[in-house]
Amino acid sequence: MNPEKVVFGFFILLALTLNVGFVYGDIADPNHHHVWEFAAVFLVNGIATVLKLGDRTQMGAVLLATSLVAMLQLFAAALVWTIAAHGTEAGMTPGSLASVVSLAVGAVVANVVSVVLLIVETVLLRR
Amino acid sequence: MDSIFFLIFRRMRAPLLALMLTYAVAMAGLVAIPGQDAAGSPVHMSFFEAFYFVSYTATTIGYGEIPFPLTGAQRIWATFCVYGTVIVWLYSIGSLIALLQDKSLQRAIQERRFGTQVRSIREPFYLICGYGQTGSGLVRALTDRGQRVVVLDNNPDRVDLLKLENLHEYVPALRADVRRPDNLLLAGLRLPNCRGVLALTSDNDVNLRVALAAKLMHPSATVICRADSHEVEANMASFGTDHIYDPFDIFALYFATALEAPCLTLLGDWLGELRGTELPEPIQPPSHGLWVICGYGRFGKALYAHLKTQDVELVVVEARPERTGKPDCLMVHGPGTEAATLEEAGIHRAVGLIAGTDNDANNLSIVMTAKALNPGLFTVMRENHLMNRELFDAVGADILMHPSLIVAHRIRILLTAPLLTDFVTHARFEEDAWACELISRIAALAHDRVPDVWQVQIDAEGAYAMLKLRRDEPFPTIGDLLRDPRDRGCRFPAIALMRRRGNGTSLLPDLGERLREDDQILFCGRPGAHAGMLWTLQNIHALTYVLHGESPPRGFIWTWLLRRQQRRAAVRADHDDDGKPPADAAP
Repeated sequence: MNPEKVVFGFFILLALTLNVGFVYGDIADPNHHHVWEFAAVFLVNGIATVLKLGDRTQMGAVLLATSLVAMLQLFAAALVWTIAAHGTEAGMTPGSLASVVSLAVGAVVANVVSVVLLIVETVLLRR
Repeated sequence: MDSIFFLIFRRMRAPLLALMLTYAVAMAGLVAIPGQDAAGSPVHMSFFEAFYFVSYTATTIGYGEIPFPLTGAQRIWATFCVYGTVIVWLYSIGSLIALLQDKSLQRAIQERRFGTQVRSIREPFYLICGYGQTGSGLVRALTDRGQRVVVLDNNPDRVDLLKLENLHEYVPALRADVRRPDNLLLAGLRLPNCRGVLALTSDNDVNLRVALAAKLMHPSATVICRADSHEVEANMASFGTDHIYDPFDIFALYFATALEAPCLTLLGDWLGELRGTELPEPIQPPSHGLWVICGYGRFGKALYAHLKTQDVELVVVEARPERTGKPDCLMVHGPGTEAATLEEAGIHRAVGLIAGTDNDANNLSIVMTAKALNPGLFTVMRENHLMNRELFDAVGADILMHPSLIVAHRIRILLTAPLLTDFVTHARFEEDAWACELISRIAALAHDRVPDVWQVQIDAEGAYAMLKLRRDEPFPTIGDLLRDPRDRGCRFPAIALMRRRGNGTSLLPDLGERLREDDQILFCGRPGAHAGMLWTLQNIHALTYVLHGESPPRGFIWTWLLRRQQRRAAVRADHDDDGKPPADAAP
């Protein structure tokens, strides 16, 4: 058992599960999308991205790309949330929450691809 | 290339993770611990406010307690945050700076930058291995002519020195071991525009390896080498090295020619000098009498071989004949730096002395001692290191021989004006009187500066206008090229030295002779003449004027008007036979 692989798989999977947990529910209902969960998704995705840095294989490069996409989506979501909550008079409206969640759904897709790639690599290596 | 980024990423993993985790913990605490607003009711910091707070405390900026003054519980947490985040920040930045200062990373960045610079060269370039005395002189001469070069040298100080030089062209340079083929490849050996490789280090073995690698990896490139020993020369020649220069042989041949044909030597000196320098003084070593050669090493042997066929008497002075071998002539055993040895060699009745040991101090001492014994001596001195230049100038020898400069000089001529090398070789078969006459012609047109030397090739690039002439029109003569396109009655102050057609060459070609396509002509003359001649070669209007003495109209309308006018004039001439011929019609 390779501890590096364990940590790696753990964070990639955790990024997906948290992400799905965050977006699950009514898209514009603030009760279904908690800010703490979003913070956790952001942090875990960031860690997963840093862990993928420095892998020289082709698989590593694609994994890094998916993670960067997820980070980009989440960063945009965080930006929308911050601007809506602090930068506008109206504050957090259901409309801006819907934008945040839809951006996070995009990150879910990237994370799913990450996990699928991880599984493919594992299966190929098991032979 | 990729390795640099992977190296950075791999090393930055731990600092980045640490930074993210401390930020996350600090922000989580700030959001979770309740604060108070101005009215005293409990509020929680939002994630954005927490991030803002951590950002300005972690980077030690510290704007204060925003948006509301912190409560006691928040302050306790903030204290921990400040220490934790500041330390992690310092750690992250410290490791980034340490990474940038890492030797292997810097080396990787340097190599990458060098490789990019070399690959971005679009023009043909030469790869120069060794930036010593030969290399530096050559780099300056080549870049002055707009030729691109790439330099490799093993010595970092020399590469730094190159960067400080103020050269006309940008010269990519790298400190690298030229014996390793991968470094040569990095310097663009395999690129199609690598025209040649010059191995100019002072080490024969290194030059040999460079030549070998160059011939194997880029067989069509010209390989030019410096070599000091005959075995290495033979070895280099065996696998097809194009040009091998042995400074001692070159100088010995030059010196032997100077004894026999001083005008020819002066001609070679004048034409081969750097542009814009003053005309060198003629040297006339005495060609009869006793010559003393001090030192029978590589230099002494080369001189002896060339001089023994001439009408001079030779005496060799050598301190260690058991190591160098003995010549066939009289040999005096001794260092040559002492009066006794020189007197034994007959310095009092000698006409010339050659101080040719491989030790600069000894050479200086030999010349000073000899001059004290016989002030009328003609002295030739070998100079091994350019650092001693002031001393050598002070001694005032008649000829200074510097091996590195001789090689640089020869290669410069070969690369910048290949026809000149041929010209000098062919001129050697002419009488000295021929050379004397040519010298006086050159002196008359060049005044006190050395003449410019340039070559013209009659092809689509070198003489664009000439190939645009009508098919039935004959090519101009060499004399036409020498006409000034501003006033065809004036001639450029220039001389056609040689014409090459196919494999045949003719010295001082007849000016009335018609040019043909692919002819190559070597000219020398005053600096402005070359620029003027380029007009005739490249501009069809200038060429037409030079050939026929008129400039026909250029634009469509004027050409059309002129044709109409001619047609009308022709019609009018047909109608009344006594009509005046058209005044301004041109053929």
